[in-house]
Amino acid sequence: MSPSTRADADHLVPGNVRPAGALLRLATAGSVDDGKSTLVGRLLYDSKSIFTDQLDAVTRTSHDRGLLEADLALLTDGLRAEREQGITIDVAYRYFATPRRRFILADTPGHVQYTRNMVTGASTAELAVVLVDARNGVVEQTRRHTAVAALLRVPQVVLAVNKMDLVDYSESVFAAIAAEFSAYARSLGIHRVTAIPLSALCGDNVVEPSAHMDWYAGQPLLAHLEDVEIADDTATAPARFPVQYVIDGPGDGYRAYAGQLASGSLAVGDRIAVWPTGRHTHIAAIDRYQDSVNQGHAGQALSLRLVDDLDVARGDLITLAHDAPMLTRELTATACHLADRPLRVGDQVLVKHTSRTTRGQVRAIPDRLDITDLSRHPQPGLLNANDIGTVVVRTEEPLVLDAYATNRTTGSCLLIDPTDGTTLSAAMAGAPFTDARS
Amino acid sequence: MTVAPITTAPHLSSLDVLEAEAVFIFRETAAQFERPAMLFSGGKDSIVMLHLACKAFWPAPVPFTLLHVDTGHNFPEVLEYRDRTVERLGLRLTVASVQDFIDSGRLRERPDGTRNPLQTVPLLDAINQGGFDALFGGGRRDEEKARAKERVFSLRDEFGAWDPRRQRPELWSLYNGRHSPGEHVRVFPLSNWTELDVWQYIEREEIPLPSIYFAHRREVFDRKGMWLAPGPWCESAHGPRPGETLQVRTVRYRTVGDMSCTGAVDSEAVTVAQVVEEIAASRITERGATRADDKMSEAAMEDRKKEGYF
Repeated sequence: MSPSTRADADHLVPGNVRPAGALLRLATAGSVDDGKSTLVGRLLYDSKSIFTDQLDAVTRTSHDRGLLEADLALLTDGLRAEREQGITIDVAYRYFATPRRRFILADTPGHVQYTRNMVTGASTAELAVVLVDARNGVVEQTRRHTAVAALLRVPQVVLAVNKMDLVDYSESVFAAIAAEFSAYARSLGIHRVTAIPLSALCGDNVVEPSAHMDWYAGQPLLAHLEDVEIADDTATAPARFPVQYVIDGPGDGYRAYAGQLASGSLAVGDRIAVWPTGRHTHIAAIDRYQDSVNQGHAGQALSLRLVDDLDVARGDLITLAHDAPMLTRELTATACHLADRPLRVGDQVLVKHTSRTTRGQVRAIPDRLDITDLSRHPQPGLLNANDIGTVVVRTEEPLVLDAYATNRTTGSCLLIDPTDGTTLSAAMAGAPFTDARS
Repeated sequence: MTVAPITTAPHLSSLDVLEAEAVFIFRETAAQFERPAMLFSGGKDSIVMLHLACKAFWPAPVPFTLLHVDTGHNFPEVLEYRDRTVERLGLRLTVASVQDFIDSGRLRERPDGTRNPLQTVPLLDAINQGGFDALFGGGRRDEEKARAKERVFSLRDEFGAWDPRRQRPELWSLYNGRHSPGEHVRVFPLSNWTELDVWQYIEREEIPLPSIYFAHRREVFDRKGMWLAPGPWCESAHGPRPGETLQVRTVRYRTVGDMSCTGAVDSEAVTVAQVVEEIAASRITERGATRADDKMSEAAMEDRKKEGYF
């Protein structure tokens, strides 16, 4: 059967542009001072994603605090602990939709000590909005946010130059910031940057076009988010199918290997390899829930039935037979350390990679990366919370790896404390900032 | 060497993406835990969860038991739906009864008569009795402020308590289910769904719902801007007071919880499509419209979660 047969895809739209109603995951980075909460509040409010009871609560609180107008920043306030301290301590997820797209926004706080939250929010983002204050331009924090977006391989970055009302909506101020930022982003391997001048407080270029910046020919932020083409590299990458769960049917000899196709596509009849054993067989059938399909695509949850009765278990990886991934017991990765206790050379860890968890030991921490100036500091001995550095981990079982630059799913893993299960570090296989194409 | 033909990959709709994500979470939980259980009330979110669980393990049966905390004030239509569904799918259901706890003196009725906050103790008791190490809940991050920061895998201590500062960072789709003896993990497969997604999915998948989700004639009275329906709950809680006069209206329910604090909304929507249309146009959140318990204070949900609530 030809792999191009696609009887299951009637309701799907082909091509590299997402259809109406598609989902875009984005992350915002910026501090309270940059007006990020106001921007997110404005985006939710002006896109009519805020409900009247939520707005009433914000208005009441604003009045309690002696403000005359509703403070939109309060819409994104979460926990009482945060309100009491006036800070954001954690990633919050916001949901809004327009007739054209559905959005999941990871709202990440921008304080120095919360790099880990930005890393978390950026890990699933397809687009990052980096916010700067037009009066201050590109500052240390901007560089840090941008480096995190580059490190996590967020494919697309929007530079939101906020508070344009406070610089008289000056074109030259905006142009200088945009040029400096674009050069910095390019140096990190980010090539798709869109700069938008806006005022979250006044509503300029957030949802409605600004009446004060005739010189800006581009779209307001929301229109850009609705239109932006997210080039989906996972669809055309080599097929990677981590086996998540073995489904044994009730009594009729049905056995299928369930999982989510991380990249590429697989078709009935394809010759495949099961890793780490590397044994070959063919795909006998592909089930998508109750339906049998001829082909499965990246992002779909599938169950594969195989022609030969191989010993396949959770943690194995299925690929096409002709493009073998890297098989290694020595993981070299860029790690962002997340836990309060440090990560040290010699530490015993669990490595959670796709659906496999194996024991490992930190053999070396060759360098620590200063995320602000990108300088490298050799042999730091340990990584503290929010540190980023290179780690070398020896694993008990082999990992079937891709470089994170080529595959965000098969190139990422967690280091976990084996004693209490704490998530210690997020690790990305390979070197940071290298161009996936090189 | 053979070269695979280049095919154009289709992109998934947002519902396809959310469905695949939820199925992934179900399979991940079934693989990582010894004894998962799923909260099932007969409400729309738990109905969608069960539908997704059936898909995740098809053709094998859903590999876990169902658990319902019955306040004793539930809508009879919903309990009837619950029992019928459990029977149809051949599943096991454990019911933890708030009434039993009150009768045996382990819980006391609150002065305001609402039983929602009373669910926590029977819930934790059922988790301990059943030895459950993972518990699926239908919570969505769009529901409420405190939920917006909830993880998909949410670690609870031996008292069922949620400590926002102890929650693990959750990156990519790597869900860390490690826990110490006595701890358990609440799992929220619908974390990224909105109310509208739930309804659009119900429409797409043609999932049957309890009748009270659709417009019907019902005797109700107005309490603090909410249409409450009288019922057996009025014996233990406060039924219509002087001035709260009964009237028959055409209403439906956006959420189905404890009758003493779940309000109906005026509606003419009798089909799922009409409900979807109504929700898309609604300017009030489902909790704001229908849940008295969340109106108690700005941090009501945060406080209840810390005590081990859903």
